[in-house]
Amino acid sequence: MPEVAVRSTGLSKRFGRQVAVDAVDLAVPRGAVYGFLGPNGSGKTTTIRMLLGLVRPTSGGHALLGRAMPDGAAEVLPRIGALVEGPAFHPYLSGADNLRRLDAADRTADPRSSAARIGAALDRVGLTAAAGKRYRAYSLGMRQRLALAAALLVPRDLLILDEPTNGLDPQGTREVRALVGALAAEGVTVLLSTHLLAEVEQVCTDVGVMHRGRLVAQASLAELRAAAAPRARVSTGRPAMAAQVLRELGLAEVAESSGEASAALGAVPPEKVVAALVHAAVPVRGFAVDAPDLEELFVSLTGEGFDVSG
Amino acid sequence: MSAVDSPADVPPGSSPATGATASGAVASSAVASGAFPGGTVSPGTVRRRGWRSGRTGRARFFRSELRLVFGRRRNQAGMAALAAVPVIIAVALRVTDGPTEAGRDPGFFSAISGNGFFVALAALGAELGLFLPIAVAAIAGDSIAGEANSGTLRYLLTVPVGRTRLLAVKYAAIVVFVATVTLLVAAIGLLAGLALFGGGPVTLLSGVQVSLAEGLLRLLGVCAYLTVGLCALGAVGLFVSTLTEQPMGATIATTMLAVTSFVLDSIPQLDWLHPYLLTHHWQAFVELLRDPVAFDALRPGLLSAAGYAVVFLSAAWARFGGRDVTS
Repeated sequence: MPEVAVRSTGLSKRFGRQVAVDAVDLAVPRGAVYGFLGPNGSGKTTTIRMLLGLVRPTSGGHALLGRAMPDGAAEVLPRIGALVEGPAFHPYLSGADNLRRLDAADRTADPRSSAARIGAALDRVGLTAAAGKRYRAYSLGMRQRLALAAALLVPRDLLILDEPTNGLDPQGTREVRALVGALAAEGVTVLLSTHLLAEVEQVCTDVGVMHRGRLVAQASLAELRAAAAPRARVSTGRPAMAAQVLRELGLAEVAESSGEASAALGAVPPEKVVAALVHAAVPVRGFAVDAPDLEELFVSLTGEGFDVSG
Repeated sequence: MSAVDSPADVPPGSSPATGATASGAVASSAVASGAFPGGTVSPGTVRRRGWRSGRTGRARFFRSELRLVFGRRRNQAGMAALAAVPVIIAVALRVTDGPTEAGRDPGFFSAISGNGFFVALAALGAELGLFLPIAVAAIAGDSIAGEANSGTLRYLLTVPVGRTRLLAVKYAAIVVFVATVTLLVAAIGLLAGLALFGGGPVTLLSGVQVSLAEGLLRLLGVCAYLTVGLCALGAVGLFVSTLTEQPMGATIATTMLAVTSFVLDSIPQLDWLHPYLLTHHWQAFVELLRDPVAFDALRPGLLSAAGYAVVFLSAAWARFGGRDVTS
């Protein structure tokens, strides 16, 4: 088993003159819950379609679970559960019948255990009571759950979930996030696309940020949080003097500009910094600790908010 | 989610099926199943990886496809309409009491009053002009475009169902549907005819009389011949269905192609073109009602149908194999 569950190199897709996905180099570590974050229209779904072999890349390539695609599709796709751009089922079949059909289509699934697996999948997403209902009578939340059940029909090594909480009420959203956490705890790698930063913060270990077809950032959440470390900012008429004090305190990344000096706070308590500044007779006009949250970080990467269509 | 014992060494489904792995998966998922109320069993615990049987797998999907085609109410209504035609023919002729238009070849209608057997042939001949082609166009046009339209195509392809396999299963279901409706029209025609007019030895077009049993055998032959011809139209419909995400559009386009073929076939100035038309040879089924059977006269129809099927199935494969699925 490779250490990287999803790897793409230079993956690009052009529709006519429009570049939908531009040289995306994904690396989803095995066992990660990878948040594929970006505003609507940033190329997430097209990338996912390329990963699954639905759309042929204009250039570039990718490997899933260590197998080059699309050659390895027949071998590798049965180990991957996918939810692509919302649920889609036959409206005049019941939820259970729709799952039966998908299971029948899977050559690698054992027909003898089909009924048990379908029942268990429905149970896991809380749809057992509605299993016999026609799909057309399902609410959007139920449809989303059925799509998740389809992704869980057989044990998977990788789940690719495109906006899995779309259309769910808060309770359903919590349940899906808990389910993703539970699956990750079982060792399943999850690639989860979303335009909700909160979702990434709550369930993901890694994140890749898409913006206008490009992957503008990719890191583990821990790395990003470190990058978003709080900084102490001193407004003063003597920035050089303040910077000297900050350095003496052992703060890193000391910077000075006109009227201001700043440094990464690290583990030093802010009150100690203030005391040191005052002790050194630095004329302090203002003191602030800026801790950029992830949202500010991402907005600085993409230049816009997350619920905005890009 | 927090209390899983050893999730790292039990990636579900990633290792060969052993008792240890299976029970490990049960344990971890049972702990983790609090995500949804009532969830107690992992969906995959009963699955044994390494189970492979392409043959059974294909048959399962094919059966599922048949259930989809024959279980759909729209299709059932269509089949009921097809089955109603022979009943209407039989009742109408019974009520009007005898034919007035005698001597018209192939003369199935005029022969009905003498033998109910001919209701089946009259119905097949009548429905061949529009109803059967529409039924075939509806199923074939829906085959790929319908899945694309409802979005289920992307989920089938990621199961994965290979694109060639999907086309093969879809076409096989079309063939079964065509054979079924052809036999259905014949069977209902036979039942209605025998009930209203009675049966008996069958007088063939060449004037020779054969037993009803042999007549039935020849009727089966007619169904088989028409099935082959209509399956060629099914191949055209399958191809059209790969071009669009609108099943209705594919159905209408396929019907129009069949109707255009009928129209061209009726223009005498185009007689050089007629042998190449999709529908030209269909009416040759009457050759099965001569004695001896004019097999030579059936051959062009069979070859033409095979040619159409090969060309359009190849086109469907070429088109669908590399298409971006964005629905």
